[in-house]
Amino acid sequence: MSGCAPSVGLAAAAAEADRQRSAQAELLLASREVGNGLHQTDLSVPGIHCGACMKKIEGAIGAMAGVERARVNLSTRRVTIHWRADAAPPFVEALHCIGFDAHPYDAAAETEDGTLAGLIRALAVAGFAAGNIMLLSVSIWSGADAETRVLFHWISAAIALPALVYSGRVFFRSAWQSLRHGRTNMDVPISVGVLLAFGLSVYETIHHGPHAYFDAATTLLFFLLIGRTLDHLMRERARVAVKSLARLAARGALVQRPDGSSVYLPVREIAPGMTILLAAGERVPVDARVLRGQSEIDRSLVSGESLPQPAGSGCVLQAGTLNLTGPLTIVATVAADDSFLAEMMRMMEAAESGRSAYRRMADRAARMYAPVVHLTALLTFAGWMIATGDVHRAITVAIAVLIITCPCALALAVPMVQVVAARRLFEQGTMVKDGGALERLAEIDSVIFDKTGTLTLGQSHLVGGDDASRDGIAIARAVASHSRHPYSRALAAACRTDAAAPIVFDRVSEHPGSGVEAVAGTTTYRLGRAEWALSGSTSPQSAGAASVVLSKNGGYLAAFDFEDRLRPDARNAVETLAGSGLSVELLSGDREEPVRALATTLGIPHLARVSPGGKVAHIRAMTDAGRKPLMVGDGLNDAPALTAAYASMAPASAADVGRNAADLVFLRESLMAVPQAIAVARRAARLVRQNFALAIGYNVIAVPIAVFGYVTPLIAALAMSLSSLLVVANALRLGGMDRRRQNGGSPEGSIAALYGARGVAR
Amino acid sequence: MTDFFYLVPLALGLGLAGLAAFMWSLKSGQYDDLDGAAERILLDDSDKPIVPPRPDRA
Repeated sequence: MSGCAPSVGLAAAAAEADRQRSAQAELLLASREVGNGLHQTDLSVPGIHCGACMKKIEGAIGAMAGVERARVNLSTRRVTIHWRADAAPPFVEALHCIGFDAHPYDAAAETEDGTLAGLIRALAVAGFAAGNIMLLSVSIWSGADAETRVLFHWISAAIALPALVYSGRVFFRSAWQSLRHGRTNMDVPISVGVLLAFGLSVYETIHHGPHAYFDAATTLLFFLLIGRTLDHLMRERARVAVKSLARLAARGALVQRPDGSSVYLPVREIAPGMTILLAAGERVPVDARVLRGQSEIDRSLVSGESLPQPAGSGCVLQAGTLNLTGPLTIVATVAADDSFLAEMMRMMEAAESGRSAYRRMADRAARMYAPVVHLTALLTFAGWMIATGDVHRAITVAIAVLIITCPCALALAVPMVQVVAARRLFEQGTMVKDGGALERLAEIDSVIFDKTGTLTLGQSHLVGGDDASRDGIAIARAVASHSRHPYSRALAAACRTDAAAPIVFDRVSEHPGSGVEAVAGTTTYRLGRAEWALSGSTSPQSAGAASVVLSKNGGYLAAFDFEDRLRPDARNAVETLAGSGLSVELLSGDREEPVRALATTLGIPHLARVSPGGKVAHIRAMTDAGRKPLMVGDGLNDAPALTAAYASMAPASAADVGRNAADLVFLRESLMAVPQAIAVARRAARLVRQNFALAIGYNVIAVPIAVFGYVTPLIAALAMSLSSLLVVANALRLGGMDRRRQNGGSPEGSIAALYGARGVAR
Repeated sequence: MTDFFYLVPLALGLGLAGLAAFMWSLKSGQYDDLDGAAERILLDDSDKPIVPPRPDRA
């Protein structure tokens, strides 16, 4: 694939080859065998968005040697490839050539629990049963004669029993689990209601009674399973979307053996003392010390420092940092289990166990609801016993009370709203991990931001450079396009609009830690640190720490300044949050000056140089004071704080651990996602409360009817369906009122757009 | 009354056939990529989904 690889100069060719080798080994590591020597590789390709893309990708991959077949999944934006060869064909490069960014997706590591498929099957069975029993019931309600009624009751029982056993398991199991631990959740009254309805109906059928509730029991299950399936679907979609993001931690590393040969080992198998060849553009797999080589290290994801740090022999590198410019030979100092990343994981576990478990709103409601309902049924039984002394009549009425109070609407009240809210947020490019997160988000009273990568984009951006001549910019861009350094990338990106004649260099070489040198004929251009580029002569202006100088034969030509760019709408978002009565503050691991500068710009209090443990301690102190903080952060060092906070959000460019720890992940660049998510969460909380009121209102009307023994299966079916539909309709209002106010784009754009962020840095 | 002896089984049989068809389509991976399926009718290639090998069968 040399045809489309950027020419990085002869010196870097060997390093590039190294990089490709380890990329290929990584691909092999991420693939799995499916039998007969066939391997399956899953790639996540966020850029797929139409049928033409599918055809192009399937064509390109399918034509590669050793590939059996390739299939694109447009919904998940993934390619599944079956191939048969000794080494993995260069899929990623092939896709890059036709204009798609791709990265390995660890399908094997995915815990395929099949819950969703199970729920859909249960839903289908319940739907079949409910539909057919309802058909039979309609004829009974319209006055079928006694003989037909008994026959239909028996047929209904025969359909309901397997449906109850198959579809009802979901609820029975959960209710049993909960009861065994001495708690109640919403599934307890549901299970009791459904089982008693079935039991009473069977009794009535055997004794040729007029009323059987088979339709109520199965319809109830059907409705509840719809709610549960939607709830699961929403979480599944968020999980898949987050999982498809580029993996930022190293999967493995090229280890040099004592005999000089090298082998690609997974991170887990790297032991202290091993020598690792780290190519430019790779992340440090475990904590290590530099043996040979010169390069620059991007620590922004690990510590929040925004400027690249020079690294030379003897330097200590933390796992997760990114090697930018030159190849390094490093020695692992600890095993993966003792490295910085593992340390963060342990802190997260500690933070998790320290946090009091959040009880979902529905469970809290169930805890009050279940005893009241069961007590009412008991009192009804006692009342009828005293009044009539007829055991059969008393039991029938008591069970009717339980059936009519079976919390169908109550159980739908929360998940329906959350599903609609999650869908709204999904369209705005924000993924919600679970419904509880939305409830917690609605209650927060303060917001804590991290700096690098959260308030800022964590990317260098050209500022100034206006004084440079057009020629200077064109040359700088041409030179910069040969380097991977973030400043070079920023320069190349910023000047892209200037259409100048392409400049051809005879030789381009990168000097790690200094800059890039390009030779055209007798002229030598240098782009990099001032003291290196200007070689002796002094620059006309004092160059700042973050500036780069372009020189021609050692003479000054132009200077460029860079800074970490603020996220679009950062100021707007902070103002909106402060305006809605939330306290906002900045908590960063970076140096004092840049943090203070940013905090002053945004007008919020700040704390700089905070260690990961310090962040957790700060949040713990807030929580102890009764506050409910929302943590928004992206770095590895933020991950424990994300876990400790009452609610948490992370951008898509965050470290893998942070993304997994956060309750919500936003894919778009704009920071407005934070106030938007809070607004949707608060609106959802209001609708949930309304739904509870509706469900309770229904009970206030229905329970007296049941207690006085007027409930027939027809009334039960009508009342339950109506109350459920009412609650669902109310939940749908959330989607409506939001859509009228603002027109969000499709999530597709944001998933593809996120590739502008850190995905490239892999 | 005698009509029920073939009408009811017929009605239930039709329902069961629908249920079975749905279960089969679910199992054969036809719901794995709904967006892709909508686009694929415009492509004239062979069109079989790759069914992921499930851990319990592998």
